[in-house]
Amino acid sequence: MDLKPDKKLDIHKILDGLENYRPKRRGWTWRKKKTVQLGPFEYKQASESLKRSIPLPSASYLGGIDPQPDSVVTAEIASGRFEDDIRRFRMAAYHGADHIMVIRTAGQSHFDGLLEGTPQGVGGIPITRKQLRAQRKALDYIEEEVGRPINYHSYVSGVAGPEIAVLFAEEGVNGAHQDPQYNVLYRNINMVRSFVDAAESKKVLAWADIAQIDGAHNANATARDAWKVMPELLVQHAINSVYSEKAGIKPENICLSSVPPAAPPSPDLKLNLPYAIALREFFDKYKIRAQMNTKYMDSSTREATVTHVLNLLISRLTSADIQSTITPDEGRNVPWHVYNIEALDTTKQAMTGMDDMLSMVGIKDEGHLYDKKREIQERAVLMMEEILELGGYFEAVEAGMFVDSGEYPERNDDGIHREIEGGIGANTVIKRDPNYMAPVTAHFGHNNVEQYDPSAKEDPAKLIDGSTFEKPDKIQYIDELDETDNVYLRLQENEKYRNSDLVKPEVEWLADGVVTVDLFFPVDKKIAAEAALETGRRMNLKDVEVIHTEILHPSEGTRVQIKGRVDFDIDISELELPEEIETIPEDEIFTYVKENPIHVIAGTGGDDEHSVGIREVLDIKHGGIEKYGFNYTYLGTSVPIEKFVDAAIEMDADCIMMSTIISHDETHYKNMRKLHDYAVEKGVRDKLILLAGGTQVTPELARKNKVDQGFGRGTKGHHVASFIVDKHKEKSNHED
Amino acid sequence: MKERKDDYQERRKHLENMSDDELKKYFFELADKIVDPLVEMGRNHTSKSIERSVLLRMGFSSIEAKEVVDKLAENDLLSKGAGHCVYRLSKDKEMEIRKAGILLAEGEHIDYLKEVL
Repeated sequence: MDLKPDKKLDIHKILDGLENYRPKRRGWTWRKKKTVQLGPFEYKQASESLKRSIPLPSASYLGGIDPQPDSVVTAEIASGRFEDDIRRFRMAAYHGADHIMVIRTAGQSHFDGLLEGTPQGVGGIPITRKQLRAQRKALDYIEEEVGRPINYHSYVSGVAGPEIAVLFAEEGVNGAHQDPQYNVLYRNINMVRSFVDAAESKKVLAWADIAQIDGAHNANATARDAWKVMPELLVQHAINSVYSEKAGIKPENICLSSVPPAAPPSPDLKLNLPYAIALREFFDKYKIRAQMNTKYMDSSTREATVTHVLNLLISRLTSADIQSTITPDEGRNVPWHVYNIEALDTTKQAMTGMDDMLSMVGIKDEGHLYDKKREIQERAVLMMEEILELGGYFEAVEAGMFVDSGEYPERNDDGIHREIEGGIGANTVIKRDPNYMAPVTAHFGHNNVEQYDPSAKEDPAKLIDGSTFEKPDKIQYIDELDETDNVYLRLQENEKYRNSDLVKPEVEWLADGVVTVDLFFPVDKKIAAEAALETGRRMNLKDVEVIHTEILHPSEGTRVQIKGRVDFDIDISELELPEEIETIPEDEIFTYVKENPIHVIAGTGGDDEHSVGIREVLDIKHGGIEKYGFNYTYLGTSVPIEKFVDAAIEMDADCIMMSTIISHDETHYKNMRKLHDYAVEKGVRDKLILLAGGTQVTPELARKNKVDQGFGRGTKGHHVASFIVDKHKEKSNHED
Repeated sequence: MKERKDDYQERRKHLENMSDDELKKYFFELADKIVDPLVEMGRNHTSKSIERSVLLRMGFSSIEAKEVVDKLAENDLLSKGAGHCVYRLSKDKEMEIRKAGILLAEGEHIDYLKEVL
């Protein structure tokens, strides 16, 4: 399937033939860092540009350049419906994501075994073979479309870790979270079971060349004062990294998930930078996955964005092999389409803007920065000493040593406490007998293959003529298990919105109908929230909810954002689309104007003082018509209508450009008609090209009001110049 | 962990004179000491999930793998390895790997395996 930018991805085509689909490659792909020249700029911390992408909005002033940073950039996508997530993958890829992380549905880590089929999830998707395969297949197409490999990622945790790891290896998943400490501390899964399972999972990840991300960042999100947990974070990173390496994962595939623990209004950099350096100095042989802070996120998307830009500053001041992006709406709902894209654009904008910063700014190796860094490292060392004194990792967890709110060695007796023989899956590990054997590839630990074939020691799967890793045709594919909850039923429900003329607003699921309204009320917060809900109901929105409030002043006013659902469809075949002003190639304009000098009279009409717009359309500096060789006379602002025509006659001009912003009482259209009438009165209407422009001008209405053309919002000099040239040609032909 | 005041300044005395490099080296020596017994435990133990993951790799579906492993666990055979049981049955009784697994899930030949393994 060849994806075309102007064609939607057909989910049915993704689902067709899945039972036989094989991922086209295995393993993780890093971006290749290189110096890139784009337009007039050189970028040092950059990577190859994309074949297709959406640049930052401001790129429209810079020739549409879209520099891509050197770090792999993550988008975490999980709406609960994998078929809707696939559309978002495509949007994310266009905005620079090459690491798509799918969150698992709530509760999957406690499920003892694999799930199958395509049931809907909550806050994520159930990870099943079918969903993985469909998403990997979609990404295989999307990466061709954008021209960059895309890493696909999910989670190997819970009580079925080894099975999920095998599934990932078989289905071409490229990245995975794997950290037994996460099971132990946050999922209350038995610690012995978690570590035994983890060794097998890691060995499988190693075989599949999957990049592994650890779970240490969760301590930030859990600890009461996130910044006090910094020494422990180093300890957690060490335990998982060293364990992973001993299970066979190469260091360059071991990624430390690191969050700057603090966020403003705490002094962000003063707390976060020494920590970031302490971490990178100790763990320099591994990779850094720079995660963004979620601990102090509220419902303000603006505040979250600023915190995340400061996190990106830390990344640029130190390093980030994988740069994560957190959506600014995560503090209020499961991320919506647009916020995933905002997060990606925030990252691209900030990283590009801070390109090559360290060639100009240095990190001090003395004073607060050095002292604090060293202190964090020493505190981490002391914590490890005490873990050993207590008898080892399990004993330390049992003693409640981890995620205590005190900065180690201070302890506040509020850490997470787990029993060695407690938690889910307690007492479920089994000692292997001397003749224990497993005839498969990537099996960790004691494996007495020699009892059957000494030559199979290095290749146990030889005993069965290859495992699924060597022979993927051996994989048993299960399609659906639940007739009442699967993708086909969901597709049927909203089929009328797929490849049809019907559309509905949406935030996460096709045709979910959700809209947001941003309101201000000159009252206190409590009343404003109620007034906002009532406003939503009177706008005929269903299920209205307040998603954000912000006090501007305790009594003078409150901002409220609400969401609600609309229950109508829009038939796009019935829409009247605004006409597009056609442009002609710039070279043609240059040549024509050179051979046929054209003189333009311009100004803002009537009592209008707004001159910014017309200056932009006129001046060479803003790409206005002057650059094409037009000769213009600017009469200034608030020019009486008659004066335009009188000046045109006096200077023998060909065209009048009147800017008219004020639209109160249809003033703009009245002025156009007046301009026309006066030109007729003076007997020059046929000779003159009359143009009117302004933010509230609609071309069609302008023509109804007798000018030759109207120009609305977004008009550029090129549009106006094209029209004048065409019209001038037409008039000359008439005269001929 | 019992409440205690920050005694970092006293505890750190033996670290004070270490260079940054020495401190880092010591940090990873300690990490090795913590992790080594865990790795050793992983080497010599298995779990139902590990055994199911072995059967997946041998060409069983998730549902079949669960049935086989549950049956073998009931009969205390997981310490031999689920893949081992399936392999041995297939070899001794000259049948396909998948056939052997499905018979085991149904409870057949369990006694035979208990005898030979």
